[in-house]
Amino acid sequence: MLLHQLAHEQRTFWRSREAAIFIFIFPLLLYTLLGSVYSDEIEFGGVEVASADVLLAGLFGYGAANTAFGGLAIILVSRREVGILKRLRSTPLPPATYIAAVLLSTLVIFALQAVALVLLGRFVFDASAPANWLGFAGAVVLGVACFAGLGVGAASLIRSAEGVSAVVNVVLLPMAFLSGSFGPREDFPGVLDVIADVLPLTYFLDIVNSIYLEGESLFANPKALAIVAAWGAAGLAIALTRFSWMPRER
Amino acid sequence: MSDAIVAHELRKTYDGVEALRGVSFEVRSGEVFGLLGPNGAGKTTTVEILEGYRNRDSGEVSVLGHDPATAPRALRERIGVVLQHSEFTPNLTVREVHRLFAGYYEHPRDVDDVIQLVGLEEKRDARVKTLSGGQKRRLDLGVALVGDPDLVFLDEPTTGFDPTARRAAWDLIRALRSLGKTILLTTHYLDEAQQLADRVAVIRAGRIVSLGTPAELIGDARNAEIRFRRDGEQVVVTTEDPTRTMHELTSDALASGRELEHLEVRRPTLEDVYLELVGGEDDVADENAE
Repeated sequence: MLLHQLAHEQRTFWRSREAAIFIFIFPLLLYTLLGSVYSDEIEFGGVEVASADVLLAGLFGYGAANTAFGGLAIILVSRREVGILKRLRSTPLPPATYIAAVLLSTLVIFALQAVALVLLGRFVFDASAPANWLGFAGAVVLGVACFAGLGVGAASLIRSAEGVSAVVNVVLLPMAFLSGSFGPREDFPGVLDVIADVLPLTYFLDIVNSIYLEGESLFANPKALAIVAAWGAAGLAIALTRFSWMPRER
Repeated sequence: MSDAIVAHELRKTYDGVEALRGVSFEVRSGEVFGLLGPNGAGKTTTVEILEGYRNRDSGEVSVLGHDPATAPRALRERIGVVLQHSEFTPNLTVREVHRLFAGYYEHPRDVDDVIQLVGLEEKRDARVKTLSGGQKRRLDLGVALVGDPDLVFLDEPTTGFDPTARRAAWDLIRALRSLGKTILLTTHYLDEAQQLADRVAVIRAGRIVSLGTPAELIGDARNAEIRFRRDGEQVVVTTEDPTRTMHELTSDALASGRELEHLEVRRPTLEDVYLELVGGEDDVADENAE
């Protein structure tokens, strides 16, 4: 039944042009744009690094947040509001199986996106291949886990299908900018650094950079890992107390 | 087992408002049971408790021998639910939606049989977003039937239908009944209940105020209405003794050589009985808004 639902989730995703463009294509498009603008080396953490590499890691982080946080929040809220979730609750499909299928589907989408980003980087912008493939795969799972937790948490708090895209973008784009997804944050004013220092994407990018550029393992930075995990857990905690399958009362 | 649903003294309070104040009724296996009532009377709350969406504050409920509050999977295998407002993923085809739901059940019906039963065979490969409103409701019903349920909940299944589509839906509900399904139907349309339901319960302000076959409910109201026109004015005489009243009226008219124009005698319909029971509380504006 899990595979049945997973197949359905994948079919639904790829058939919906809006989702496929907004979720899957958008980070690749941003990489293409930014990669064309910044073609030199960038000073990053005191050393000169190819900008294509820095941007690849940054957009990998943005992609994780966009796919898992944005994508999930939008899917769950819109399905709840039109009664799809309510309808499902009257069938024998166990809720845990449903949620597992939705999460796995998100993981599949982001894994494909990560591969597409790396290929785009390698063949168009001459970026490096990940120095630690196993760690890189671990980062895909970690990113989806953390931001999916936040996505489900956000879906529990946002009540209207109209509001969800707005909320998602208002959260997502500034977060990605502040965390350094779209370029290094070396020249940011202090106040922005203070905000960035609490955002999950900042720490997720630290982990991705250390894996991708330095070949470190997923567990090389326990502090960052703990903060990322804590954000995911906080989202999950909100979901466990607040998530509803029922649409708003009409 | 002779009762598909037993509800006893159901109570439910939301934010200090008593939505249900002791609702009791039974639905027999194989019957079409109509639940009628104005908006806010407690219809939806009652049905949602039976479907397992809401928990009661007190009272006893048994649906096919299970307590819906614990929503056991064994129960969900055997019920089909058509919600008042629900949609499906717009980019799937009719057949894909049916197959998706069929995959949730241990013993689903054949998907193509169900599609044919609800009359969507010509739209089998059409995407959901291209269906008309009536076709979407039929899809809804097909999805509720794909698990081959013993008990089907239909929440206002023909709201917004044109008269032809309503007749078709009624035929379909009769067909379900002849398959031996038990059906709990909520509706705003009294003629629908009169046409389809074996028994009807009228719910008002959280209580069942009347329960019986449509004929019994109408029979309880003895009054007949005699209408005619006199000097261009409409005259309505309500009487508990229509034979005598009619005789008196026609004798007088004959004696004075006048014609009782547009003369008719009307037995009350379920609608008249219903309006009397709910005391004109029905929120007509709200109904139309739906």
